[in-house]
Amino acid sequence: MPAVSKGDGMRGLAVFISDIRNCKSKEAEIKRINKELANIRSKFKGDKALDGYSKKKYVCKLLFIFLLGHDIDFGHMEAVNLLSSNKYTEKQIGYLFISVLVNSNSELIRLINNAIKNDLASRNPTFMNLALHCIANVGSREMAEAFAADVPRILVAGDTMDSVKQSAALCLLRLNRTSPDLVPMGEWTSRVVHLLNDQHLGVVTAATSLITTLAQKNPDDFKTSVSLAVARLSRIVTSVSIDLQDYTYYFVPAPWLSVKLLRLLQCYPPPEDAAIRSRLTECLEAILNKAQEPPKSKKVQHSNAKNAVLFEAISLIIHHDSEPTLLVRACNQLGQFLQHRETNLRYLALESMCMLASSEFSHEAVKTHMETVISALKTERDVSVRQRAVDLLYAMCDRSNAQQIVAEMLNYLETADYSIREEIVLKVAILAEKYAVDYSWYVDTILNLIRIAGDYVSEEVWYRVIQIVINRDDVQGYAAKTVFEALQAPACHENLLKVGGYILGEFGNLIAGDPRSSPLVQFNLLHSKFHLCSVPTRALLLSTYIKFINLFPEIKGTIQEVLRSDSQIRNSDVELQQRAVEYLRLSCVASTDILATVLEEMPPFPERESSILAKLKKKKGPGALPDVEEVRKEKNTSVNGGVEPLGASATPPSSTDLLSLSSPTSLTPASTSSTAASLLVDVFSENHVPAAPGAPLGPVADDNFSRWASSVVSLCNVRKPLGGNCESPPAHKLSPRRFVCKNNGVLFENQLLQIGLKSEFRQNLGRMYVFYGNKTSTQFLNFSPSVICQDALKTHILLQRGTALCVRGAQLQQVLNIECVSEFVEAPILNIQFRYGGMLQNIAVKLPITLNKFFQPTEMTSQDFFQRWKQLSAPQQEVQKIFKAKHSMDPEVTKAKIIGFGVALLDRVDPNPSNFVGAGVIHTKMTQVGCLLRLEPNTQAQMYRLTLRTSRDTVSQRLCELLSDQF
Amino acid sequence: MVAGSRPTSCRNYRCWIERLNHITESKTLKFALEKTTEDMEQQIIRETFHLVSKRDENVCNFLEGGLLIGGSDNKLIYRHYATLYFVFCVDSSESELGILDLIQVFVETLDKCFENVCELDLIFHVDKVHNILAEMVMGGMVLETNMNEIITQVDAQNKMEKSEEATLGMRVSFVTVYSIAR
Repeated sequence: MPAVSKGDGMRGLAVFISDIRNCKSKEAEIKRINKELANIRSKFKGDKALDGYSKKKYVCKLLFIFLLGHDIDFGHMEAVNLLSSNKYTEKQIGYLFISVLVNSNSELIRLINNAIKNDLASRNPTFMNLALHCIANVGSREMAEAFAADVPRILVAGDTMDSVKQSAALCLLRLNRTSPDLVPMGEWTSRVVHLLNDQHLGVVTAATSLITTLAQKNPDDFKTSVSLAVARLSRIVTSVSIDLQDYTYYFVPAPWLSVKLLRLLQCYPPPEDAAIRSRLTECLEAILNKAQEPPKSKKVQHSNAKNAVLFEAISLIIHHDSEPTLLVRACNQLGQFLQHRETNLRYLALESMCMLASSEFSHEAVKTHMETVISALKTERDVSVRQRAVDLLYAMCDRSNAQQIVAEMLNYLETADYSIREEIVLKVAILAEKYAVDYSWYVDTILNLIRIAGDYVSEEVWYRVIQIVINRDDVQGYAAKTVFEALQAPACHENLLKVGGYILGEFGNLIAGDPRSSPLVQFNLLHSKFHLCSVPTRALLLSTYIKFINLFPEIKGTIQEVLRSDSQIRNSDVELQQRAVEYLRLSCVASTDILATVLEEMPPFPERESSILAKLKKKKGPGALPDVEEVRKEKNTSVNGGVEPLGASATPPSSTDLLSLSSPTSLTPASTSSTAASLLVDVFSENHVPAAPGAPLGPVADDNFSRWASSVVSLCNVRKPLGGNCESPPAHKLSPRRFVCKNNGVLFENQLLQIGLKSEFRQNLGRMYVFYGNKTSTQFLNFSPSVICQDALKTHILLQRGTALCVRGAQLQQVLNIECVSEFVEAPILNIQFRYGGMLQNIAVKLPITLNKFFQPTEMTSQDFFQRWKQLSAPQQEVQKIFKAKHSMDPEVTKAKIIGFGVALLDRVDPNPSNFVGAGVIHTKMTQVGCLLRLEPNTQAQMYRLTLRTSRDTVSQRLCELLSDQF
Repeated sequence: MVAGSRPTSCRNYRCWIERLNHITESKTLKFALEKTTEDMEQQIIRETFHLVSKRDENVCNFLEGGLLIGGSDNKLIYRHYATLYFVFCVDSSESELGILDLIQVFVETLDKCFENVCELDLIFHVDKVHNILAEMVMGGMVLETNMNEIITQVDAQNKMEKSEEATLGMRVSFVTVYSIAR
């Protein structure tokens, strides 16, 4: 007999479902659903009391409608009633509805908790299970508070049924994950460990999951679980004649439990007790041996189950990293899988091997599979697998195979999937630098990178190549020659132009002897591409030109002419204009000696941690990058030189607008030569103005300029170190109230991120510019802001540059178009997700879009005002609030606030001059709502009385709430 | 039209199942809800369908987690049966192959419980499907993997259901199946 007979159940529901299925169109479906909803509503509201069956049927229908994607706003109470039914089917539907539809802050939660409490105490295992399932599925804090004490008790009680124990263990695990602070450790902990010895394997599996999570947090409390887990594992893996109560799956004994036990053991170092240790080794060997045996079944389920255990065993071996023979055996096993016909196994083998590569015992063994991995990169049809192959190549790379691996990766890059290009670029850049014996190879590699995947070459990468060239004089001539040649290409990437401009500006003289690359040729080559570039690149090129004046006095005239041209000296971009003006002036007034000192070659960059590496680490999370530490020690040079823009290391004054982040006022670099600085004071004392806000400039682009010029502009920014690796940086949320009467400012700030806003509104439309400033020195990955709002408000993300925030103070700008459809209360929520330091950061901020933003001020005479005031005299149209002043009662401030609120401030309307009167119209797409307001301050009592009259009661109410909060 | 199940999720670990159909827009049946909004869930389902359905037969059954499903720690693990996809979203605390097997156990169990399960069974008996799933996955965590155990539980529930209906003395007459639904 089938366990679920198809006939029984609820006929009405089945008919309803068939009806829905027969609907030909979406409209027909909605119509049918609305009809049903009306029917159910009338049934629930009807006088006749419904019996349990009907209630169940209707609740079930509601559930189905909800699952079709429609909102359900009633029926909760009926569902809660079902919970207290003593019929299983009714109770079960009730619980299902609750788990799916009731959110944790519902008012019903007390009733629900009550029902759960009764069921937990019922000693009926089926009811207890339903209750435990509900707690686990909802998992809210309220539930944790209510049941955190009961669940452990049920779990360890001697007379609890096995199935209930299982549910209790997982329920506790769930509560521990959602509200760890509420689940107290206690005497039950030791008894939980002993569940590993339970007769029932289902209970053991559930308990192992629970213990693994608990042990990760409190390893000491659960230390005893190691020996029990090893004993259990050994009984499953090594003995032949054990009754596994049907837990054998396709000839594999208890695969899920084995996996769980092996996971648990990965929370601990290798066991110290020699006996346990050898028993565990025995188990691991047995698992590895079984992999070599012929399969007991051809079914994929058999091999899946067997290999699931095998991969977990290999993970444990890698985690322990102490038994060379096991490690090598594991590596060989994975090598076999690399050529397996099952794609899943190839994928997992590559993944596991990545971890093996970092062990000193198996690194060499892993390297023997290089050819296979390279061919995987070329032939695999699945991008997920290719991605793993890239990871593994990176992990197995060392000095002996670097050139080959880098070449293969570059090859692959030409056809690589867009989604992984940036990561490959970073990896190639790191490997090329880390294992460069010959720096000309390094330069070639990076230029190739830019050629192949220029768009994916982040700033760090090209900063880094410049830095290395500057710091190593043996490669400078070669670099100049190579970039010069690369720039000959008719179309070259802007990043190449940046590198080229910088390097030629510094070392162009090294190749100027060759008539094919004479100074004028170099200059013309660069300038031919000047007009196609973005502002930051042009700024950098201008610096190159002034450097050329010093390097090649013979082309000074040509360059001065260019600087003097209207397109430079009157450029609409203030940064470019300023550079052109100052460079031109500098070239005219300064003597050759001064020029030579000011524009001398850049000093070597101070050593610092590679930020490319940091970037990749952030991208992949710490585990995925073996050998990284070592790289850092090997080559402790830095990409970015001495200058860091504001966002990274200096904290802007909290009152400033976020826009200040974009101003290129760089910090005084540590390595600035003091002579240059003091000379410049003289040169520039008349005409130098502090750098004006403009496009943010990359540090290198800024270097020439800022190292000598900005240092003069006395910027006394205080460097304030960021507090290490904060896992959850405290957010400095600025009150949304501040935005009711103004449109610009800093919306949110924590240690990582600052969000600034500029917005403008016109009738029912608005546009909001959101600026995201990265305050850290590393890139945020997968940075994705999104806006959630209700129907009354439409937002539309118009423009978004870049998906990831670049390093150090770089800014991402987003433009939101907002349309107010009808009046609303809830502000839209800006949800930002990104990865920082391997941690997923989630920030949700309310956007300060309030109803009053859609005000258009209306000027009117006193007579008009009072006439309309009288027209709006229905009681619900007026809202009045009397409240205490929170701020000083300065009339000027109040005026500004009322104007900021959006209404016209009407002078001489109110007979009492100290009162304020305003009028405006709220524009929404659907309608316009006229609004009159009057604010009467009472300075003696420090109170205000605010009266609002609009044609809509809800609008009056909302506006009153908003405005009264401001004073 | 199609039915399916919605994410069952919890904070660190999510494991949800959904069935998706090639032809029509996917409709879903929720099992438990995280803080995700309605829209987001629909979006997740659509995106997942998009990702999974365009994959070839012989590529691997794992998909790197996109941002939608909570970043790179989470993977989509799916299996394809005739017109149905069963997709689980799993964090790194589970063995990939183990989950593949779990999907198989789920399908085999459905097959036993419904006698040659077909898509319509899943649509018309969403509540039963959920009961079965609830026996296997609870609050996003693997509860039971032994098919016999699961079927015993489902059987017991069914008996209770039967006895309750018998005492009421009603609705036993509707044994005819909804072939009309086709």
